[in-house]
Amino acid sequence: METPKILLMGLRRGGKSSIRQVVFHNMQPLETLYLESTSRPTEENMDSLVKFQLQELPGQLDVFQANQEDQSHLYSDVSSIIYVIDSQDEYLMALQNLVQIVETAYKVNPKIHFEVLIHKVDGLNEDFRQDTQRDIIQRVTDELTDMDITNADLTFHMTSIFDHSIVEAFSRIVQKLVPKLSSLTQLLDIFCARSGIEKVFLFDANSKIYLATDSSPVDVETYQICSDFIDVSIDLANLYSKNGSMQSQSGSQQLSCLSKLQNGVNVYLSYMVKGLLLLGMSRSDSQQKLVLVENNICVLRDGLEMIYT
Amino acid sequence: MAPNRKKLLLIGRSGSGKSSMRSIIFSNYSAIDTHRLGATIDVEHSHLRFLGNTTLNLWDCGGQNVFIENHLTTQRDHIFRMVEVLIYVFDISSKEVPKDMETFLRCLENLQEFSPKAKVFVLLHKMDLVRADRRDQIFETTMGKILDTCKGFDFKLTGFATSIWDESLYKAWSTIVCSLVSNMSKLQEYLQGFATANNVREVILFERTTFLVISHITAPELEEMADPKRFEKISNIIKSYRQSCSKLRSQLQSIIVESHNCNAVIEALTSNTYLMLVMSPENTNKNLAILNIRAVREKFDEIEQAEAV
Repeated sequence: METPKILLMGLRRGGKSSIRQVVFHNMQPLETLYLESTSRPTEENMDSLVKFQLQELPGQLDVFQANQEDQSHLYSDVSSIIYVIDSQDEYLMALQNLVQIVETAYKVNPKIHFEVLIHKVDGLNEDFRQDTQRDIIQRVTDELTDMDITNADLTFHMTSIFDHSIVEAFSRIVQKLVPKLSSLTQLLDIFCARSGIEKVFLFDANSKIYLATDSSPVDVETYQICSDFIDVSIDLANLYSKNGSMQSQSGSQQLSCLSKLQNGVNVYLSYMVKGLLLLGMSRSDSQQKLVLVENNICVLRDGLEMIYT
Repeated sequence: MAPNRKKLLLIGRSGSGKSSMRSIIFSNYSAIDTHRLGATIDVEHSHLRFLGNTTLNLWDCGGQNVFIENHLTTQRDHIFRMVEVLIYVFDISSKEVPKDMETFLRCLENLQEFSPKAKVFVLLHKMDLVRADRRDQIFETTMGKILDTCKGFDFKLTGFATSIWDESLYKAWSTIVCSLVSNMSKLQEYLQGFATANNVREVILFERTTFLVISHITAPELEEMADPKRFEKISNIIKSYRQSCSKLRSQLQSIIVESHNCNAVIEALTSNTYLMLVMSPENTNKNLAILNIRAVREKFDEIEQAEAV
């Protein structure tokens, strides 16, 4: 089966490369100030539970100068298109561009997920943020209705690289590609209920995108501490490995970590399958619970192996 | 029981990064946060408890010419009396090297006069501004110059290359602060006994608030394969993790890491220290290790109490 492709598109200086660097290469948000402008399509491969190729298209290049055949070729094997709109800039041009893209891509392949990132919202104040969002959604849907495209799958996300909203948005985008997501969520729900765990995530170890979580709402603090704990565990384990850094796949396969806080919060990390890490947080402190959780993690791992290998 | 007071002078010309260092090591700032710090006016005193009974009186002396002039003339007996440690910070990117040297020389003269037994540490700061492959060379030549300058004095001088953007800062401060702990030999001896009794590869003792390394025992077979900068890196990793713990309004109690090439346990030891044990991967009995750590708590408490007398 061919790997699904995700296109990252947008006008120039919208923040596409910064997003790619922050999400996939752990770059500090402030450092992205110094990124050069992208001149050719750049690819990013992810190969864990979901396989996909993220392709960033340079914004300078006007795709629509190219002829019609080229475009249909471009969109035929694409599963999602992420379109980045700079919310701090004049966005009318971007909206026009977006509508054009949706129009052509929808004709080629009506199943494409269109993900619109209303980006750089960190610079807008709360009221203005909502106005902008409403305005953008209104204009885009109006345009599309005029063109008679009402069934296209459009999702809007408010993002910024300076907080975790960008990872959150990417997690939601990628989750649409996870096969059997609903049964996975159900499995995690059962796991939470049986082990007294409040919240559980399945993270991709490299990008810290979470591919699945249980059905309780995600709150920022829990996400933050789980994602920070991945860094702590992998870094500590690397310090004492023979060759400085472990081979990402074989090395982390036995990784299993636990952190306790003084108010009784426990954070669990355990390697699952295919580059996935399970991160859980519970608030109970008894020793028996720990054993129960360990046992349940093993059962869950077996379950995942049965589904995905 | 009078607490053990130590006076540390932090001197350097303006903008060399003195207050940034202090804020990162002792006030849990992250490197980016230090942009917000303004100029220090005159002298800023901070009293920091280190290892319970030792109080570090850190005198952060403002570096503008007018303040320095003031410190070296009218206030000099006030500033330079009873100094245990002088930390002089050179900005490596400074344009006025002769002036820096002259100020340093005048500080040494004053120190000679008022507290001839003080230890002198020199930090060549902002090393991140120098190209990575030239850092060693520049450090060597600058240290050579500095050593020339202080030939006439009988101070023992230690130099470090530091930057707030990596772990080098922790190494320097760890050495500085450890030179102030008086019964280090007793701690070391006891730690050695503990390491042998538990058959571990490495034991590291950290101070609680700053997470600076106080002491460590390493088995010879680990010495050659592990990262030589691991102590500073651990300080760095754990400190940033503790900040995210504080968002859950709690303190770090313990971390357990199990991977294919090591088992490590970090656990709060006394009210002032954390202990880290690194075991070989075959040694799976982490619970025993935790029990052992709890068992030695009282003994370490005693040693710390003895420190005060």
